Amino acid sequence: MPINISKMKLSQLKIGAIGIIKEFTDLEMSVKLMEMGCLPGETIKVERIAPFGDPIAISVSGYQLSLRKLEASTIELI
Amino acid sequence: MKDRLRVALVGNPNTGKSTIFNALTGLNQKVGNFPGVTVDKKIGFSKLADNTNLEVIDLPGTYSLYPKSADETIVFEVLSDKNNPSYPDLVLMVVDATSLKRNLLLYTQIADLGLPIIIALNMMDLAVKSNMDINVDSLAQRLNVPVVPIAARKTQGIEELKKAIQYRSNQPFQTPTIDIELIAPDLIKSIATELNLDNPYVALQIAHQYQNIRYLTKVQINQIEAFEKQYDFHSQKSQAAETIARYNFINDVLLDTVKYNSAALEENISNKIDHYLTHKIWGFLIFIAILFAIFQSIFAWSEYPMYLIETVFVWLAQIGHQYLPEGALTNLLIDGVIAGLSGVMVFIPQIALLFAFISVLEDTGYMSRVTFMMDRLMRKVGLNGKSVVPLIGGLACAVPSIMSTRTIENWKERIITIMVTPLVSCSARLPIYTLLISLVVPKRYVLGIINLQGLALMSLYVMSIIAAILVAWVMKGIIRSKAKGYFIMELPVYRMPRWNNVGITMFESVKTFVTQAGKVIIAVSIVLWVLASYGPSNRFEKIDEKYNSATLQQKYSSIEIGRLKASEKLENSYAGVLGKSIEPGIKPLGFDWKIGIALITSFAAREVFVGTMATLYSVDGDATKMESVREKMAGAKNAQTGLPVFTVASAFSLMMFYAFAMQCMSTMAVVYRETKNIKWPLFQFAYMLVLAYVASFVVYQLLK
Repeated sequence: MPINISKMKLSQLKIGAIGIIKEFTDLEMSVKLMEMGCLPGETIKVERIAPFGDPIAISVSGYQLSLRKLEASTIELI
Repeated sequence: MKDRLRVALVGNPNTGKSTIFNALTGLNQKVGNFPGVTVDKKIGFSKLADNTNLEVIDLPGTYSLYPKSADETIVFEVLSDKNNPSYPDLVLMVVDATSLKRNLLLYTQIADLGLPIIIALNMMDLAVKSNMDINVDSLAQRLNVPVVPIAARKTQGIEELKKAIQYRSNQPFQTPTIDIELIAPDLIKSIATELNLDNPYVALQIAHQYQNIRYLTKVQINQIEAFEKQYDFHSQKSQAAETIARYNFINDVLLDTVKYNSAALEENISNKIDHYLTHKIWGFLIFIAILFAIFQSIFAWSEYPMYLIETVFVWLAQIGHQYLPEGALTNLLIDGVIAGLSGVMVFIPQIALLFAFISVLEDTGYMSRVTFMMDRLMRKVGLNGKSVVPLIGGLACAVPSIMSTRTIENWKERIITIMVTPLVSCSARLPIYTLLISLVVPKRYVLGIINLQGLALMSLYVMSIIAAILVAWVMKGIIRSKAKGYFIMELPVYRMPRWNNVGITMFESVKTFVTQAGKVIIAVSIVLWVLASYGPSNRFEKIDEKYNSATLQQKYSSIEIGRLKASEKLENSYAGVLGKSIEPGIKPLGFDWKIGIALITSFAAREVFVGTMATLYSVDGDATKMESVREKMAGAKNAQTGLPVFTVASAFSLMMFYAFAMQCMSTMAVVYRETKNIKWPLFQFAYMLVLAYVASFVVYQLLK
């Protein structure tokens, strides 16, 4: 595993990959995502990607969430 | 004894809120409206063991008090305004035990509003299954509220819940969650003083939402705006800070109360199912197969009940004609009201079935997967992944399909879906298509296997779906909306459908349809009946005189005279006059005044076409005898030119008209009900009429 993957975004993860939320690049989106349980420090896993490549489904804080790639690109991972 | 205890049911979506609502109140429910908004207000009634009358209000499911849709705004309005007629005595907070952390966010917000709360900790059975160890007593102690563990799907814990409501405290004793005043101390103080509030969190929420809260006055709104400028308040930053503080509190609570022993089992099964159901190839094949099965069943299973309903109404009409005194009032009652009612009731089986299927798809969690799969495609034309279901349902009937668009949160995407759904070829168009196709398309096989008539019919269906998608794409550019589309959506784990919920959904949707759309349909049927039964001045008397004359009496049998008379009367009725008056307008489409009458009468419902044709071409009033109607129509000649009325050109032109025109009062009534704005059904009617006219014109002029 490479140690320095700074600026890695959720939208760049492949199916099955796991990441930890570092911060959000969009304030408005961050509020909505946090309400849905996506918090800094929370572990997320990409479960699947929709047949046309968008949206994606992730598991976070005990349940599954689907979000569009554009929305996923506002989540930066550690 | 207290007269009535009002309980507000609050919780995240997919937490079993409606199951608990149904379990508490049974069929003793009614759907009303929150004044001034388009949100359905579901109220149910029940009695506690001590004879207290319970009134339960089911508030829209939400993840947070900060609303993402108009529906969700109502939650804060009801819970924060003591003058609101729905202001509850007690909040029943439904919490999904399997996803405690996210669910408790809403709890902490509601708790800070200062209302007495009881927590219904739902899905305890699933939490246990997934090896979560929740210490209910210590959770209740930490929050200092009653926590009732339940499994609503298995109806476990409902009695305990009722007991907890009975022995409630009338004071809010819950532990404070976060230090609210720390977030915006000066602003909160100013707003609380200005609005005379005793709760700092209500003041903070108002600071965020004041522009959308309807109980504030203009002066108050301006004052709050001034305060926010003065104290340099940033709504989103404050919201983010608040949310993080709340999760800190929640994490602290959960640390002592919940132990996760191992990975969730239930979710793994769900994942395995999803592997196939959202698969690139299998996913779509399964989806198409499911739709096909639903479409088939709606047709197959509703056929017999629809026939039964029709038979009952025919029987009623016969009885009426037999026993009621003859006269205009009897005719109005039987040919106007009963005929109109029968037109409404006959849709009940299809509506009930479509809603049952949709509710099963939603209840199992499959619907959100369809949305997930289709979102990318549908977004391109201004729709949402969730638009797929109403569009497909439109093949059966647009009325329940438009009702089912409520699942689409984004206003613009929902309006576009509503606007294009009636373009999809519904079952009422089928008899018209089959009649006209059989009239002008030869029953021949091309290449040995393709039936020309079948091909024509299929092309009409395919065309209708393409039209819906194209129109959606055009509207995407026309309709303006500030609301940003989001697709942050929970994918709930797969579950078995709750059959009594399915039953209640069926019952409620039918009830709504009959009461809401029914009124309009009956009114229009009566108007149409009057238009077709009466004519200007003394024209009808002259017709009566003419047919009473001896020469005609000898020439024709009495049955024939009846037919001829009916036909001539229709021609001279207000409807007939109307048909003649629009003839110049529809001539370029290849229609004569008789088709004009059919177009006018089938404004209420397309099915009327065949019946009108039957009367116009003086066949027996029995519209089910398609053979005879067709023969007469095939032989119909234009009085001026002597050429046949129904040619390939005029028949296809007519089919185009029926394909695109909004000739369905039920749909217009339901669009009005769903959008709560007369502008939308009128706009829809206008654009579809233009589309129909242009399509008919082009087809007629090309084929002529």
